[in-house]
Amino acid sequence: MIKKFFDKIRPHFEEKGKFSALHSVFEGMETFMLVPNTTSKSGVSIHDAIDSKRIMSFVVIALLPALLFGMYNIGYQNALAAGQLENTSFWAMFIYGFLLVLPKIVVSYAVGLGIEFTVAQLKKEEIQEGFLVTGILIPMIVPVNCPLWMLALAVAFSVILCKEIFGGTGMNIFNPALCARAFLFFSYPTSMSGDNVWLAKEQVLSLGYNLPDATTMATPLGEAAANHPISASLNDMVLGFIPGSIGETSVIAIAIGALILLYTRIASWKTILGVFVGGAVTALLFNFAELENNVASHMSCWEHFATGGFCFGAVFMATDPVTGSRTEEGKFIYGFFIGLLAILIRVLNPGYPEGMMLAILFMNMFAPLIDYCFVQRNINKRLARMKKK
Amino acid sequence: MKKVYKLKKGLDFNLEGAALASDCANGKSVPTLPLPQVVAVRPTDFTGVQPKLVVKEGATVLVGDALFVDKATETIQFVSPVSGVVSRVVRGERRKLLRIEVQADKSQQYKQFATKSPAECAAADAVKLLVESGLFAFVRQRPYDVIASPSDSPKAIFVSAFNKMPLASDFNVACAGQEEDFKEGIRLLARIAKVHLGISPEQVNSPLLPVSEACVDIFEGPNPSGNVGVQINQVDPINKGEIVWTVGPEAVVFIGRFLRLGHVDFTRTIAVAGSELKKPTYLKTLIGAPLKDVLGDNLKRTEHVRIINGNPFVGEKADLEDFLGAFSTEVCAIPEGDDVDEPFGWIAPRLNDFSTSYSYFSRLLGKNRSYNLDCRIKGGERHIIMSGEYDRVFPMDIYAGYLVKAILTEDIDRQEALGIYEVAPEDFAVAEFVDSSKLELQRIVREGLDRLRKENS
Repeated sequence: MIKKFFDKIRPHFEEKGKFSALHSVFEGMETFMLVPNTTSKSGVSIHDAIDSKRIMSFVVIALLPALLFGMYNIGYQNALAAGQLENTSFWAMFIYGFLLVLPKIVVSYAVGLGIEFTVAQLKKEEIQEGFLVTGILIPMIVPVNCPLWMLALAVAFSVILCKEIFGGTGMNIFNPALCARAFLFFSYPTSMSGDNVWLAKEQVLSLGYNLPDATTMATPLGEAAANHPISASLNDMVLGFIPGSIGETSVIAIAIGALILLYTRIASWKTILGVFVGGAVTALLFNFAELENNVASHMSCWEHFATGGFCFGAVFMATDPVTGSRTEEGKFIYGFFIGLLAILIRVLNPGYPEGMMLAILFMNMFAPLIDYCFVQRNINKRLARMKKK
Repeated sequence: MKKVYKLKKGLDFNLEGAALASDCANGKSVPTLPLPQVVAVRPTDFTGVQPKLVVKEGATVLVGDALFVDKATETIQFVSPVSGVVSRVVRGERRKLLRIEVQADKSQQYKQFATKSPAECAAADAVKLLVESGLFAFVRQRPYDVIASPSDSPKAIFVSAFNKMPLASDFNVACAGQEEDFKEGIRLLARIAKVHLGISPEQVNSPLLPVSEACVDIFEGPNPSGNVGVQINQVDPINKGEIVWTVGPEAVVFIGRFLRLGHVDFTRTIAVAGSELKKPTYLKTLIGAPLKDVLGDNLKRTEHVRIINGNPFVGEKADLEDFLGAFSTEVCAIPEGDDVDEPFGWIAPRLNDFSTSYSYFSRLLGKNRSYNLDCRIKGGERHIIMSGEYDRVFPMDIYAGYLVKAILTEDIDRQEALGIYEVAPEDFAVAEFVDSSKLELQRIVREGLDRLRKENS
């Protein structure tokens, strides 16, 4: 039935059809609904059933627990600040968060996919699935109070200048989602950090509570950066009942996603392990260093892991195969330095409470260098072999 | 003591319709196909050769008479597998020579040669025998994976006695009863250069051994451990400037048979396999036999079927009007899949589809399952997104992904540095199968090798 429908409308989208300008969109929709029955022409006759659509879809599935929890947590934080936690049902909190996050996801996808579709049409290529993941990552790594227009601007910036300009998914140097966040972070710092951005303060469809403007809520990392002791319990930090970017707070929800990605081998366990080892080693070193007037340096490694975007970055950002290290040997090293840099920035840079974003972007830049060393080793081995003869 | 190389990387899985060795065992001999009416030799099988026709339509030829020669050397000849009349010379675009068809006589006449026993041959004599008989056309070389040149002296000759590609013919079956010819062939090759024979652990006690003239190595591991390129990389990798010859085991049998009979005989036991066959089987036929004869009425249907000259990994798409390739050791028929409509396949469970990805759960239903895969690509072509996909199934000390990128960017220095001289397109077959970006790796590598060869000549 689906096939008949597509066969019927296909002529309109062909070269001279009414909607030929939307050819890429049509093709994208068709391959989305129906597996194309194009068969191989050269090389192997049969193919593995895996394709990039499936890989990207699984990443999105892996992100869902963190996203759903993030929605709930928005309502939870709002009710907590209003002192109404007891009187608010789970669904009221969840739907409140859902209503605040949904527009962000819609805007992110609309802007990003719009650009992707246009580019695909201009280049007469198929639409690439990469943005399926980026488009949901971006709303998850911004504070709940991030205005939609800012989000739209950041998405456009990252898709055009961080991805398409390099040739699209698979060619970009920096993680597009983090580029969007970095763009917001440096262009609109007041909307991206501080104590005023993490708490939704207005009612939506008479759900939630209106809070006075002066109500603020600091993230644990914000407190540490300001040299205040962390107020949240470790329990809350692991479960995720702390303020923070929408999807990053719950270690549990992220762990579910991590299990999906690791089981399907979409994410590299080497990278993830590397990030945690790097983070743990650095945190321990700072623990021994006994720096004065520096709360962050006294945080244990598990507190580091449970706060901010450490886990989220390790599982969903560092493991991006395109921008990370591509050699198996390099993956651990790449991850290790992300963990190391993230903690280093948290502890030693008073300006930025969170270091994960910058650490990953920085290592994105160095991933090719790490790979270079390993590939060069292989090349040198071959040269040495030749000289020996 | 033979050395055992244990390879971990690669991929084994079962396809429905494999031709079973047990069908041909139990004293039952492999059925022989009657002599075909027309047999064709296809210059395109002999990679790297510029064919120059030496017969005209209507000419009479014997088995072993040259049909065409290589323009570059003029010494390598490509001979007729049957005696009869050259009935048709088929050319394609830009007069490219596609095939030479020979109408077979009822009784076959052979061109006789004075052969020598390998023990009496010096290296030059052995090469001369191969060149004159036309059997040199079955000697390939690395680098470039093209037909070798008789004027080179290779550092070694590699023969792999097994093939782990899906549906591939089992050489033990194909060689049954001809083990002496195989050994004799190895003996002749050993006069030219050191011969390395790669076998699988199952072949250790097979009648193919012992061959004292060859250095025998055992390769244990999944497909593509039977690829001669993989074996070279493990045993004695090729450096720039070196030349290694490779000969398929079925061609080694041709050589031994030639020494015994004094004339060439291109009868080969091939596997006819695939899920679209009523009964997968082995049968004996001539190379160049029409696929129509080979498949006969064994096909379940004629529409929406992919006929492959070779196996589903390294074979070439063919049709019933085609002829058995000179290097094809099997003919396969599997579903084409162009009539399949599968909604939302990218997220469906697809329990009947094979995948190396754990995002499919079919693997949980048992490792020994047989799959019936069709020829759909099941995804669009993308840039290389995932990392390490190729490396998991590429058992050579080479960064496959980086090499492919170097070929795509036509960076010759980098290709050399990354080891392009060691690879052949078939070594990338498994990687091409698992690739989620659906790149045509074998085509890319072939074009890269051709370009490099042109550049270096």
